[in-house]
Amino acid sequence: MYTAEEMMTVIASRELRDGEIVFVGIGLPNLACNLARATRAPRLVLIYESGAVGALPERLPVSIGDPSLVTGSLMATGMADIFQLFLQGGRIEVGFLGGAQIDRYGNINTTVVGEYATPKVRLPGSGGAAEIAIHARRTLIISRLSTRAFPAEVDFITSPGNRSRGRSRKEWGMPGAGPVKVITDRGVLVASEFDGEMELAALYPGMTVEDVTSRVGWPLRVRDDLETVSPPSREELRLLREVLDPSKLYLKGG
Amino acid sequence: MRDANARYVHDGDTVVIEGFTHLICFAAGHEIIRQKRRELVLCRLTPDLIVDQLIAAGCARKLVFSWAGNPGVGALHAFRRAVETKTPPLEIEEYSHFGMVARFSAGAAHLPFWPLRDYQGTDIPSVNPSIRQVTCPFTGESLAAVPALNPDVTIVHAQRADMEGNTQIWGLLGVQKEAAFASRHVIVVVEELVDTSIVRADPNRTLIPGMIVDAVVVEPWGAHPSYAQGHYDRDNEFYVAWEKISRDSAALANYLDEFVLGVEDRAAYLALQPGLTTRLAATPRVCAGVSYGY
Repeated sequence: MYTAEEMMTVIASRELRDGEIVFVGIGLPNLACNLARATRAPRLVLIYESGAVGALPERLPVSIGDPSLVTGSLMATGMADIFQLFLQGGRIEVGFLGGAQIDRYGNINTTVVGEYATPKVRLPGSGGAAEIAIHARRTLIISRLSTRAFPAEVDFITSPGNRSRGRSRKEWGMPGAGPVKVITDRGVLVASEFDGEMELAALYPGMTVEDVTSRVGWPLRVRDDLETVSPPSREELRLLREVLDPSKLYLKGG
Repeated sequence: MRDANARYVHDGDTVVIEGFTHLICFAAGHEIIRQKRRELVLCRLTPDLIVDQLIAAGCARKLVFSWAGNPGVGALHAFRRAVETKTPPLEIEEYSHFGMVARFSAGAAHLPFWPLRDYQGTDIPSVNPSIRQVTCPFTGESLAAVPALNPDVTIVHAQRADMEGNTQIWGLLGVQKEAAFASRHVIVVVEELVDTSIVRADPNRTLIPGMIVDAVVVEPWGAHPSYAQGHYDRDNEFYVAWEKISRDSAALANYLDEFVLGVEDRAAYLALQPGLTTRLAATPRVCAGVSYGY
């Protein structure tokens, strides 16, 4: 048996290729990168917006600016370098994003639920997410499915997806390819190569199409060649549970 | 700390206490609260707990920021109350991290604005009229532009400095260099005051030169619950505990009464928390150093 968090982490780690340069977030993306490094991508380069480049954290970082990201890293630098030279300079190959709301084109809201001036819930805001969404050569979104988290339209576009305010990424002149996949707790959505809309492309073992479509706030397209992804291997689970997150900091839950 | 704040932080000022997770000068923030400064415009990429405390204490009129959360934990509840229920009211002006970095870069370089490839397709410019478009005079490309940010005072925490304020920082560097150069006044708060010969022996490690520094304050553990690489670890337990404290405005007020208003200075703050310095003291990981010979 395995949990939804373990499955999402394993699927995310399988998306990373050896030698790639990844802009890492805290939590599951961090675990996914470390799992990839321990398995199929030992030369993955981890960059954190806080300024750590080529980090090899010896403990699970609680925050994105944890001191363990600096100790033993390849470079510790200022944020002007991170955003101007690495991100705007086109050096970042993969970025991870998540958010309170994600829509059919992978637009993400981390700013407000409700109206901006009179919000129902004020969220933290962009941080580096807006520019990661624009500049990373591709992005991966990780989120649990629910109709609340996957509305037809987000209340506020913090980080642009494949189509925002009626224009495609190409029309906006964005350098990166945008969100290519949304890794959920029941299956994987993949962006259509024609119009960028997210489509159900793969289910996790034991899940049905209805398990996914009923938790999405728009009529979700389902691909004809729907796949079933293979579950976490014994080795992937062993690494996650015994080596990477033994105290269940991020893999809590049943 | 008391004298430096009294001299350089005034009601209505634009104040920056920078540091990205690392080296956030809580000692300075607490002194601002004790001196009951009002109507401040606070600018920080990540407001962190220090701004949550300043908002709750009634010091802030406006917040300029890019990510207002409790890193690794969740929300800043005093900030949320101020925005959601206007208690107390708080004006906000928000960017992304890159936008804030660019504003400090423009301020430091004495330029009126900074161009960046950003904000296409986002709603952020629709709620912040200071994010505008500029056309490149060479290629015709449309770029985003943000205005220079030139604070009245920037407060930077650091591992060490000499009497002249030549300041050395290692670990995560954040935007402290840009913020300091952009600022009219600079206060440096250090773990350790060192002789100038220590600075001169390793000049590449100097982030802020003494010529732009107005005051040097020696305040060991002045960044707690943030951290100082090589000196002490981040107090992650306190960041987690803040979730509960800040959710309840009465609990938050009690916290400020006991740990900020109820103490005279940082030494008294530390004395209230026995065992803290032992729990968080860093394990040394010393680098070999380099030769500057020629």
